[in-house]
Amino acid sequence: MSVATPAPHPTGVWSWITTVDHKRIGIMYFVTSIFFLFVGGLEALIIRAQLWKPEQALISAETYSQLFTMHGTTMVFMVVMPMAVAFFNYIVPLQIGARDVAFPRLNALSYWLYLLGSLYMNVSWLWGMAPNAGWTGYANLTSTQFSPGQNVNFWVIGLSILGISSILGGVNFITTIVNLRAPGMKLMHMPLFTWMTLVTSFILVTAMPVIAVALVLLAFDRFFAATFFVPTAGGDPVFWQHLFWIFGHPEVYVLILPSFGVISDVIPAFSRKPLFGYPVVVYAGVLIGFIGWGVWSHHMFASGLGPIADSFFLASTMIIAIPTGVKIFNWLATMWGGSLRLTTAMLFAVGMIAVFTVGGLSGIMHASAPVDLQQHDTYFVVAHLHYVIVGGAMMGLFSGFYYWFPKVTGRMADEGLGKIHFWLAMIGFNLTFFPMHMSGMYGMPRRTWTYAAALNVDIYNQLSTVGGVIFGVSALVWVWVMLKGVRSGAPASPNPWEAPTLEWSIPSPPAHYNCPALPRVRHRDPLWREEDRAAIEAVTLSVPEVEPEMPNSSFWPIVVAAGTSATWMLVMTGRWWAPLIGLAFTAFGVFAWAFEDPFRKKS
Amino acid sequence: MSDAGDHHYTSTGLPSWKIGFWTFIASECLFFGTLISTYMVYRTSSVQGPFPHEVLNIPLTSISTFVLLMSSLAMVLALDGVTRGNRKLAMGWLAAVVVLGLVFLGFQAYEFTHFVHEGLTIQRNLFGSSFFVLTGFHGVHVSVGVIWLTTLLILSARGKLPPEKALSVEIAGLYWHFVDIVWIAIFTLIYLIQ
Repeated sequence: MSVATPAPHPTGVWSWITTVDHKRIGIMYFVTSIFFLFVGGLEALIIRAQLWKPEQALISAETYSQLFTMHGTTMVFMVVMPMAVAFFNYIVPLQIGARDVAFPRLNALSYWLYLLGSLYMNVSWLWGMAPNAGWTGYANLTSTQFSPGQNVNFWVIGLSILGISSILGGVNFITTIVNLRAPGMKLMHMPLFTWMTLVTSFILVTAMPVIAVALVLLAFDRFFAATFFVPTAGGDPVFWQHLFWIFGHPEVYVLILPSFGVISDVIPAFSRKPLFGYPVVVYAGVLIGFIGWGVWSHHMFASGLGPIADSFFLASTMIIAIPTGVKIFNWLATMWGGSLRLTTAMLFAVGMIAVFTVGGLSGIMHASAPVDLQQHDTYFVVAHLHYVIVGGAMMGLFSGFYYWFPKVTGRMADEGLGKIHFWLAMIGFNLTFFPMHMSGMYGMPRRTWTYAAALNVDIYNQLSTVGGVIFGVSALVWVWVMLKGVRSGAPASPNPWEAPTLEWSIPSPPAHYNCPALPRVRHRDPLWREEDRAAIEAVTLSVPEVEPEMPNSSFWPIVVAAGTSATWMLVMTGRWWAPLIGLAFTAFGVFAWAFEDPFRKKS
Repeated sequence: MSDAGDHHYTSTGLPSWKIGFWTFIASECLFFGTLISTYMVYRTSSVQGPFPHEVLNIPLTSISTFVLLMSSLAMVLALDGVTRGNRKLAMGWLAAVVVLGLVFLGFQAYEFTHFVHEGLTIQRNLFGSSFFVLTGFHGVHVSVGVIWLTTLLILSARGKLPPEKALSVEIAGLYWHFVDIVWIAIFTLIYLIQ
């Protein structure tokens, strides 16, 4: 059997700006999210330096507020989410045997909105006016009365742009997964990563509009003197909390479910065993997506909603731990009796289970309202959320990185360096965040720029700071792994891990059209069934006589993204007609887009 | 207007455009649902007038509601015209939708100016804030629909809307009906149940 060599594909900056290829857009998402990982990481390290000693004044309280606000906002919206979307983009079409996503140009639009929204929010640093009201932007701290500067404006507008990007991305991936599966592939044949992408996309499409409205209301308060969150006019600051967390808690599952998906693919591949209880893992993921909508007020136990509301959200929060626990047992049972290969990808997957469980357990602790009242706004919560988001989401994404690196680059990553990355990350991560449980228990408040010497939490803070530096170094090692792998990694075969799913049936890296013809899928782990594998590879590894027709590259997504972003940014001028300029520009782009034929032959 | 999804095999047999648009409408439901909830939460919170019962004009808005409902009927007939390849029918009914949409917007413009005259503004009280933002966003959606359908009308006039392109009219119709249904919810909850 001959292995296809990918057809030549245009290169150069322009070809990337106008690309509609899901694989290139995936790579752009990934690289951009790594850039912001270092921005957010730097912010965290400055925070850690300031907290090295009690009553220290390395930076001002105002700068500190900007740092923790931007650290949270950056890591959630500009790092973890887009990095997961990078994997959705690159991997999902390959896993379901599609040529591209359903709406390639819309996909490019999502990316450019992400980039512009993120840059816009960070540009505020140049004037020292970065957002400073916390990543949750609680009312009425964000009112013009208490935040008269431009800081919160940057936050409202930047986040709105990012929200549009996420909604469009969600629409695109739902359609892709529902409609573009290879012939024969039923929903219950899909790899778990594709499944979790589907659930995540549903959450994005339904949760993002809620924060969009919250941001619109806040924008009207700030720019047009509306009274939504002004208590003297009858506005209710707690209403903001409800809107924010009705979005915010499903958002937590947007962060974690992609990682669940990754390791549900990685663990079977490196245990040489099909996923234990596949349907249960799928249903548990879907169930998490649903129940995730009914737990939001556990973020508001300290807001005084009353015993009935508190009891309800206490119970629902404990219930949602069940499907999550089910998944953990399924992963363990998959490994049980399997022939394990402890590659870097597998190490990160196993590591994720371990540290995520710690975060899950502390989560169940403050699911209890009375306990939460003790822990609220202390470093204990900071420890919990980082165990979940870094330990759960990021470790899973690291695992996915090592797993799919050969597929994307056509080269193997250095396993030795990868393991150094793993151990440095694990040690650094735990050293940073475990002591925060202690400092929190002793009463150290979060979001406060320094702490009293009398608290006696110096040692925990110093451990956290040392851990933070080690974690930072591990990120540098990671970048080294990438650069070294891309430049001089050993060439990768189509299926270097002997994994069972469809993305491993095509050459590494894939041709720009992915597969010459659509393969027929009849089983959940097609490449582990000899006759299926032979039939599929006969199609996917062949060289087509005529290349499949792919959509042309397009300039209009970046035009529409610029127009949409400009519309929002011009709101900041406070003149009602200014956004109309951006709107006109957007309309121009939309019309050009609508009348462009993506399959027109170039002469 | 076709994308990769339409160009190839699809799992459900439905065009991707349709599935994508239904998904988008789901998202819009949450958007308007949240805006309507905001209005309901703040229904009795205003600390100074004008209050809803003082300014809302049910008979007048009933007329504009009727106009918008009729536009949905016209939309159905326009799609039927396009599907059957009857250009005259298609153009006539598309024009009717556009005109009815504009009439509705005219009513809204009158209502807004009248309210401002009565002292109700976005800044005045919570009723003003939540009323103008909710109905304003609805009005923006109607306007987008009017522009969209006008474009289709021009295409039809130029003979560029054959039955094979009926999908693009159907999608525009989905949008238009959705915006119409949202208005029914707004009319019921804001005007009828005060």
